[in-house]
Amino acid sequence: MPLYPFPGGLRLPAGKDTLPPFAVCPLPERLIVPLGPPGGPAAFCRVAPGQPVRRGTRLADPLDAAGAAVHAPAAGVVAAIGPRVLADPKAPVRCVEILVDGTDARETLPPVESPFDADPAELLQRIRDAGIVGLGGAGFPTAIKAGTPCRHLIVNGAECEPLVQSDDTLMRRQAADVIAGARVLARITGASEVTIALEDRLTAARAALAEALGANTDLRIVTVPSIYPSGGERQLIYSLTGQEVPGGQPATAIGILCQNVATVAAVWRAVRHGEPLTARLVTVAGRGVMRPTVFEVRLGTPFEWVITQAGGYAPDAARLLEGGPMMGIAQPHDAIPVTKTTTAIVVQTTSETAPAMEQPCIRCGECARVCPVRLMPQQLLTAVRREDWAQTQALALRDCIECGCCSHVCPSHIPLVDWYRFGKAELDRRIDTRQRADRSRALFLGRTQRLEREQAERVARVAARKESLAQAAVVVTVETPSAPAAGEPSPAPSTAPRTMDKAAVLAAIARGKARKAANPPRPAPPAPDEDA
Amino acid sequence: MRTFPVHGGPHLSPPRHVRHVMVDVLLALVPGIAAHVWFFGVGVLVQLILAAGFAIAIEAVALRWRGLPVRRIGGDPSVLVTAALFALCLPPLAPWWISLAGMLAAVVLARHAYGGMGYNLFNPAMVGYAVVLISFPREVSGWIAAGTQALDPLDVIRTILAGDLPAPLRWDTISSATPLDTVKSLAARGHMIGEIRHDPQFGDFGGRGWEWIANAYALGGLYLLWRGVIRWQVPVAVIGSVIAVSAPLWLLDADVHPMPLQHVFSGGLMLAAWFIATDPVTGCASPRGRLLFGIGVGVLTLVIRRWGSYPDGVAFAVLLMNGAAPLIDRYTRPRVFGTGSHA
Ligand code: SF4
Ligand code: SF4
Repeated sequence: MPLYPFPGGLRLPAGKDTLPPFAVCPLPERLIVPLGPPGGPAAFCRVAPGQPVRRGTRLADPLDAAGAAVHAPAAGVVAAIGPRVLADPKAPVRCVEILVDGTDARETLPPVESPFDADPAELLQRIRDAGIVGLGGAGFPTAIKAGTPCRHLIVNGAECEPLVQSDDTLMRRQAADVIAGARVLARITGASEVTIALEDRLTAARAALAEALGANTDLRIVTVPSIYPSGGERQLIYSLTGQEVPGGQPATAIGILCQNVATVAAVWRAVRHGEPLTARLVTVAGRGVMRPTVFEVRLGTPFEWVITQAGGYAPDAARLLEGGPMMGIAQPHDAIPVTKTTTAIVVQTTSETAPAMEQPCIRCGECARVCPVRLMPQQLLTAVRREDWAQTQALALRDCIECGCCSHVCPSHIPLVDWYRFGKAELDRRIDTRQRADRSRALFLGRTQRLEREQAERVARVAARKESLAQAAVVVTVETPSAPAAGEPSPAPSTAPRTMDKAAVLAAIARGKARKAANPPRPAPPAPDEDA
Repeated sequence: MRTFPVHGGPHLSPPRHVRHVMVDVLLALVPGIAAHVWFFGVGVLVQLILAAGFAIAIEAVALRWRGLPVRRIGGDPSVLVTAALFALCLPPLAPWWISLAGMLAAVVLARHAYGGMGYNLFNPAMVGYAVVLISFPREVSGWIAAGTQALDPLDVIRTILAGDLPAPLRWDTISSATPLDTVKSLAARGHMIGEIRHDPQFGDFGGRGWEWIANAYALGGLYLLWRGVIRWQVPVAVIGSVIAVSAPLWLLDADVHPMPLQHVFSGGLMLAAWFIATDPVTGCASPRGRLLFGIGVGVLTLVIRRWGSYPDGVAFAVLLMNGAAPLIDRYTRPRVFGTGSHA
């Protein structure tokens, strides 16, 4: 199968020469389960403090289609429900705190006995009920993505971030689950083509998948070069198919469904074993932890607990990341819990975090050379700094995938991605204000137009009534002009008055005056502000 | 709970800093400088030291004036690159104040007047050179013949600093023309290229000595290419366009038009192709832009050499293209991935 190299990208030091050992992270005393994304709406909570739960007990229902169900990650008692300060100190998140009792009793959904004969709608409902979201880091509800029919299913095992080895470990340990899950998703979406893609250096994972696949040919295993960000959805799709997903649209728009390997395995476990999503693999790595390990971690386990299990911090630990070093986000403290989107916990040391001296841009063009979206990062930087929002849009700021390639290679050490994140947030804010303004202007214009229309209708009604009165008078006085045909201009009122019934006319005028008095004409509205 | 300072990503140590880029460029110049010294004597080194000293001093004063920390020079030695490129364009015995004037123009006019490092529109070294070339044409074209390296270093220093020529030399003997001068003036008097090339100034394909200097520059350029400091487009476009334009002319009438290699290996062309036109700040950033930029430099150089009033023209070609670079960049943006449009 031919591969299509995507533009830009970087060969990064993988830092994955030795695979850290796998371990199941012991249960902490307390689990903190957020009911929603930071800053977003919390899900509808179904439990109350003091209520005992088992592993898999449904804690909350999603508020809307963009949410997902939340399940208790371990058995215990609901200790508290309320807002907790997590990663973003400005926006506390509503959380369920579970006091773990150690029995680890679990409850499951009824297993689907023969998943490949089941109704796709039933399978989709199961994915929804099991609270499965994209485990590659995006966290988008899988049921929504998989609800669109597609022809090509791509299972993404190209974990391109340095240090992160969660998917690699998963493919080697649960290759059969990945393959079975891929078949389930193919059945749901009707995909006729299924590709499992992984980076070329993951030879052990590839072997495990090939063994699980056996002689079957309904799935294809493809390796892609280890060029960051080969695991980015758009980059991977291009590498495999040569197709570019149109900017701003999901891959399903071109008939492709892309799912992370861990998500696919979770789909299988939810369908076949009825297991809701309550744990995930997390790579704990970086020079700042004593014993890097890939853990299976219950959701809700605080970072500090996980790091303690990995031998604790190295003496010079200086930065805590959720995610890998390229796209991960630095965290202010380690009391945050592992969530469905935590792929890795990376701790860096002082030597890795020495502040780089920023210099002015020398226009070397390195950033443009490595940009996988073929943007002109340095022109974008100028536009964002100048707050020239029209220009940032013309330069396609929104198409930036925040991969960090440009920042990484910039010899002037300009934090380009930070500027783009700022620019995007600012654009969002502006578009939001703009939309609000547009909406209220539309409402205002609509109201003005309605009032004008009503006024015109009233005038027309009055005129029509006058007309009919005049005709009635004509009929009475027997001088018979034929009624005007529809569409022809009606005779001017001034031609008829001599023959009119004066009393009727006066009465009509009086009625009109009375109505006018009741509905005084409105003052002309001010012209809407064009720049609002 | 343990707290950590937060910081924007990415969190992987960047592989390179501007300082490394500039140090690489200086390193890459070493073979060219060595060849230059070999053919033209220690005067070249004296010019380099003078220019570097002036450049640093002026840069420091300029930073002070602008209220910027003077230690910035340490993080950004680009002013040394400017000084080196400028000094390599000067005749080895040019008086010291030429260097001062050139560096004033380069650092104050070309760099700081535009907002300092990274904001300059025109290549500072070429601005400096163009200013002294136009203002002091006699001093800036006073080349000694290649191979006069045997001058005593002390004499050289005295000449540059005090204008005293050592006993056997006189100004009119040392201001021998460069090979390109010779081509230009003799061709203007109706001589055939074939005859002109019998002049002892010429070597196998360029000027005697000059061709080896050019080779050494190319060597340094290849080093930069290997290090990823420059990209292939500019040198290929400059050299390629010079050959592409001069070859047909030469094939048509070898008596009037110098052969392509002559163009490539004489004057400042090789230096420009690898070190000057590749200056990121004043060049183009997109790959197609770099190609167009390089082609522009090559073609304009030939035009000026043939029809202009200066024998070389590389400096003016580069400056003209510097002015066009923002426009070229504007129209050579690549197509954004996932869209049909060139952003
Ligand atoms: S990599 Fe940095 S210095 Fe180079 S052009 Fe981009 S922003 Fe400027
Ligand atoms: S972060 Fe954005 S601009 Fe920078 S390389 Fe990635 S996609 Fe391009």
